[in-house]
Amino acid sequence: MQGSSTPRQFALELERRRTAAAGYSVGQSYWQIARRRFLKHRLAMIGGTACLLLTLMAVLAPWIAPHTFDRINLDERWMQPGFTGNVFGTDELGRDVLTRIMYAGRISLVVGYVTAVSISIVGSLVGAVAGFYGGWVDSMLMRLVDMLIAIPLLPLYLILAALIPGGGVGRIVLIFTLFGWTTVARLVRGQILSLKSQDFVEAGRAMGASEARLILRHLIPNALAPVIVAATLTVGTAILSESGLSYLGLGIQPPIPSWGNMLQRAQEYLLKASWLAIFPGLFIFMTVLSFNFLGDGLRDALDPRLKT
Amino acid sequence: MQRFLARRLVHGVIILIGLSILMFTLLVLTPGDPVELMAASNPDIRPEDVAMLRKYYGLDDPMYVRYFKWVRSVLKGDLGYSRTYGTPVTKLVVDRLRNTLTLLATSVAVAFTVGVTAGVYSALHQYSATDYVVTVAAFAGLAMPVFWQGIVFILLFAVWLPWFPAGGMMTPGVAPGWPMILDRLWHLVLPVSVLATSGMASWTRYMRSSMLEVVRHDYVRTARAKGNPERVVIRRHALRNALIPIITLIALSVPGILNGAVLTETVFSWPGMGLLLFQAVLGHDYNVAMAVLLFLALMTVIFNLLADLAYGLADPRIRYD
Repeated sequence: MQGSSTPRQFALELERRRTAAAGYSVGQSYWQIARRRFLKHRLAMIGGTACLLLTLMAVLAPWIAPHTFDRINLDERWMQPGFTGNVFGTDELGRDVLTRIMYAGRISLVVGYVTAVSISIVGSLVGAVAGFYGGWVDSMLMRLVDMLIAIPLLPLYLILAALIPGGGVGRIVLIFTLFGWTTVARLVRGQILSLKSQDFVEAGRAMGASEARLILRHLIPNALAPVIVAATLTVGTAILSESGLSYLGLGIQPPIPSWGNMLQRAQEYLLKASWLAIFPGLFIFMTVLSFNFLGDGLRDALDPRLKT
Repeated sequence: MQRFLARRLVHGVIILIGLSILMFTLLVLTPGDPVELMAASNPDIRPEDVAMLRKYYGLDDPMYVRYFKWVRSVLKGDLGYSRTYGTPVTKLVVDRLRNTLTLLATSVAVAFTVGVTAGVYSALHQYSATDYVVTVAAFAGLAMPVFWQGIVFILLFAVWLPWFPAGGMMTPGVAPGWPMILDRLWHLVLPVSVLATSGMASWTRYMRSSMLEVVRHDYVRTARAKGNPERVVIRRHALRNALIPIITLIALSVPGILNGAVLTETVFSWPGMGLLLFQAVLGHDYNVAMAVLLFLALMTVIFNLLADLAYGLADPRIRYD
């Protein structure tokens, strides 16, 4: 084992030997194999491309939007969708629906991405601590997880949203993170339980690594695959939850547009302007579908045993 | 089996205790306690009176004392008064409970029937055109925002094709008996098809994979080798075993379906607990909102216990841990 001077190199060497023993060619790391599998997954590629395009649409909105954002034009209210002028029509204030959808996408996607990241961080830390220390810490944390999984969260979000003032992205992400970390925590805990008795952890410990270092540098990175999958799927569920809350008027507050709050009054105008109800919802649907395809593809690529 | 159920029961109780702490915290965070409200509506009130009332209602007691008092009153069925309706909250919620249960039970039954049938068919015809269509439909069902699906269904089946009512639970003045039952069912069609969608989608996918898994087992081959007709092999041997994991899945889906019920009831103005919650939150009627949350959580705990019971009956190999 010449040259393995750090626990990381030692662990890599072990991993190399193990994969070699498992019949993979040496030099093809776990991530390389996963990448190859992912690129061959057709639905995942479609979903990934769609996610990329939707994100680009949101990021580039100020430059590519056909009309000025939030320009109220009372002469052009209730314009029907058409290929000239307003592709998706205009709303009750004469604002261009396509432009608003592009800007709303920025908010909805930011809620999705930031929630996914914060949930992954909180969930990984809680799961790692529970799995690593075991005992009563583990029991307490897992009972908390059981409880949060067993209650319907939307009613709780509704009450919290009414209690916490403000109407921006931060409040929504905070509420989602506070109660949404449970799935990731469970996944990470399971991974840590099987990882912590493996040789590379023992090696790290023997070389004097602190507990925090063992958790953060050795255990969590090795438990990352299911977290990536869960995070991807969380982007979709967060966008769904946000749109539901905003539709009910308790999420992102107008005049900041989100796909959900664009639908808030759509039901009222259903007879007059059905397009106001159709297009924002279509974007929520497409976005969530794309992230679900991507997440499923990632799961198949990262862990073929977990196929559903 | 009994030990298993006892453990699950304890588990349910622990969840309820945790929930009660969570809800009490929320109640404390709620702006405006009863005495403050009383003082605000009565300009003649003196500070001494306020202090006396606060003492009378125990608002200055330490937190844990207030918590136990609150739990005791909840256990007695006293959840306070509704600010908007002026009636006891418990009565208000129980009135709406039946409507939500009707919607919920019908949706779960529809989702289960369609999901299991589609999943089994898909698995038995793996990689066929139907399998492909079912898989895509299931993906679509999972990505559909509940409330948007509701709006689109209203547009399609109530506005453009005026087949079903756009909301509500009954037509006023319908004769009792059969006309009334049919009227209720007619009102149920759209909300149920919306609320059942996500369950249908996820149960189809799980049923398909569960069935594919089971069909490979030796006992299925044995059943075929005995000369059983294919129908019997599938129904008696494969389907029964493939259904076992689905029972747990249904219990796990209940919170999600209740989330959907809040949105569905709001879209279709279905007079259930979800709509009540929505109106209560908008009207800052927190006692009502909290009671609805409690009942919804209680429902999930009960559903979970029922699922455990069903699981124990379906699978005698059940382990205790």
